Amino acid sequence: MPRTILEVKQKIEYLSILNDKAEVDKALEPKLTNEQLKHMYTYMLMARRADERFLNLQRQGRIGTFPQTTGHEAISMGASMALKKSDWHVPAYRELAGMLHRGWTLVDQLLLWAGYEQGQSPPNGVNDLPICVPIASQLLHAAGIGMAMNIKGDKHAVVTYLGDGATSEGDCHEAFNFAAVFKAPVVFVCNNNQWAISVPLSRQMGCETVAQKAIAYGMPGIRVDGNDVLAVYAAVHEAVERARAGGGPTLVECLTFRIVAHTTADDPKKYQKEETRKEWAAKEPLIRFAKYLRDKGILNDEVQKQIDAEIETTIRDAIAKMDEKIKTDELANPLYTFDYLYAEIPPFLQKQRDELAHYLGKDKESSSKQPNHAHAGSH
Amino acid sequence: MAEMNMAKAINKALYEAMERDSRVVVLGEDVGQDEGVFRVTEGLWAKFGDKRVMDTPLAEAGIVGTSIGMAIYGLRPVCEIQFAGFDYFAYHQLESHAARFRNRTRGRLSVPMVMRAPSGGGIRALEHHSESREGTYAHTPGLKVVIPSGPRNARALLHAAIQDPDPVIYYEPKALYRLFKEEVPDEIEVMPLGQAKVVQEGKGITLISYGACMRATLEAAEMLEEEDGVKPEIIDLLSIVPLDMDTVCKSVQKTGRAVVISEEPRYCSVASEVSSQLNDTVFLYLEAPVRRVTGFDTPIPFFSKEKYYIPDAERVLMACRETLSF
Ligand SMILES: Cc1ncc(C[n+]2csc(CCOP(=O)(O)OP(=O)(O)O)c2C)c(N)n1
Ligand SMILES: [Mg+2]
Repeated sequence: MPRTILEVKQKIEYLSILNDKAEVDKALEPKLTNEQLKHMYTYMLMARRADERFLNLQRQGRIGTFPQTTGHEAISMGASMALKKSDWHVPAYRELAGMLHRGWTLVDQLLLWAGYEQGQSPPNGVNDLPICVPIASQLLHAAGIGMAMNIKGDKHAVVTYLGDGATSEGDCHEAFNFAAVFKAPVVFVCNNNQWAISVPLSRQMGCETVAQKAIAYGMPGIRVDGNDVLAVYAAVHEAVERARAGGGPTLVECLTFRIVAHTTADDPKKYQKEETRKEWAAKEPLIRFAKYLRDKGILNDEVQKQIDAEIETTIRDAIAKMDEKIKTDELANPLYTFDYLYAEIPPFLQKQRDELAHYLGKDKESSSKQPNHAHAGSH
Repeated sequence: MAEMNMAKAINKALYEAMERDSRVVVLGEDVGQDEGVFRVTEGLWAKFGDKRVMDTPLAEAGIVGTSIGMAIYGLRPVCEIQFAGFDYFAYHQLESHAARFRNRTRGRLSVPMVMRAPSGGGIRALEHHSESREGTYAHTPGLKVVIPSGPRNARALLHAAIQDPDPVIYYEPKALYRLFKEEVPDEIEVMPLGQAKVVQEGKGITLISYGACMRATLEAAEMLEEEDGVKPEIIDLLSIVPLDMDTVCKSVQKTGRAVVISEEPRYCSVASEVSSQLNDTVFLYLEAPVRRVTGFDTPIPFFSKEKYYIPDAERVLMACRETLSF
């Protein structure tokens, strides 16, 4: 009966492959083709430039509040690269780079931030859920998708994302637990940017790392440098392979820092030290990745110029397309807000739709429903 | 007397309550150093410190559940949920416990807490940041529900809510936070819960509303008087539970017509409750069916179309005219 020690046999690894001086660990370097590497760089840079442009649009009042993703590009880029198209991708809201890679467009994103549901409609053939605002709630959907893959016998995997703040929500713990108990093929990718709006990590959890929480659920956990896209890719790739082989879920903590405001409505000067932000800004993921690509001969001034031009065109076209789309009946007509709540509009709701039509003087126009299949995003 | 907006007036009430009663504590996401995402807890953390003004982990069930424990232990927690659209994360704590402890323990234990949350639309916010679900809480026996419509009553009602022996949901129409200023007296005012206010005496029709919709209601009333020569009676409910039907019924007995205006979905709404109680009580005085001008039974649309959902003065006016010409 005495008090004894129970040794819990678990350890947490930390993984860094490309450090902030752009030095690479050759032994750990993942097998990615030059083309893939260039693609990753292009999409990360596209997300960065789009983020900057969105900020201008927000300041001009052309779109509303949105969460900036600058500095977070390596996380969703690395993680989504580890997936096949048939796998599923369940974002939170700082995964622009990964979402673009998965097939969402900047037009979708612009429409979303401009206040249109259509921006949340996944493009054809894209196995993604739209971004999720209620913190951590999406993690259970990812777990459920993973459980369904097991039930159906599909050898796919799911990648889902959460913030460090999200680890405090009950939904997060339930999702970890369900996934572990049912050995669901889910990779939980935590963007630990050390802040949840103004609340620092130390107010979010009493332990040292997010990764170690995995131990208690009975799944592997690993911390990686969240500014190192190669490390994120390598860790998630390994986790996805294990999940596909029936090994269950993994928690991958990507350590970074929120070097931008939480959203366009936030002012970090109130609670964050300028020096810390600057220190981390120097370690952001694109500088080192660009240098790595140059060292490998994939990137040079010429190629950079091409990429810049391509990105500029994509962004400019997207903004023009948003402006065009929001003038179409499909996006402008308020009567369509009734049409997708249920598969069939029930009579009581039809009455309310008619009431709004009457109020708008649209009751004389045809009352036909919006053409089915709603994806107005970009296709 | 000082002029202030509603955010400042709520802040003032919190400050005053914390100053006069050491049992009052404030907790929530970003309420400390950041002073709340709408700056409603400005100055509290600096003045009262970390112990009484707590930035919590990001967990609404945690915030409300621990508030319940604190209240049982003798504190007077005033917790903040950052947006009303996230208070469902804590709903089981409210429904299963905050609302029931007194009843369950035959009065031995009680939960004198306040849950504050910014509610309603009108600020071009993202999904889940514009909901009006007071009906859900009104439908939860054991909770009180209060919704101010301006700086002065916001402060006086929050004092009453904090002093109340039972759990109170205090919804702050976020569209009003900085919309207008009002004189707020220097001395503390406490406005009893369960009292509606006749804000304008009139004839021929009664307009009943609360919260942010009071703006559209007042505007419509002005138009009605100017354009149709009818000066309506206007009632601000202020308190949703308990509901002051005496004041409402007295008015409608006099005017014979009523329009109820609120921003929530219509089905099982506060507007439906008022309408139903009017039918119970003053049916024989009614010259026309009671009209409800409300949000629709869809989620509030993303912000490009929220203006079609939230009742505006035009929609209220149209309902008034239809009621008057019934
Ligand atoms: C359930 C819920 N509560 C509160 C909020 C408001 N909110 C939005 S983002 C955020 C902080 C999230 O922090 P974290 O999980 O670390 O993600 P980050 O934004 O840092 O990427 C909060 C409190 C929300 N969206 N959902
Ligand atoms: Mg964070």
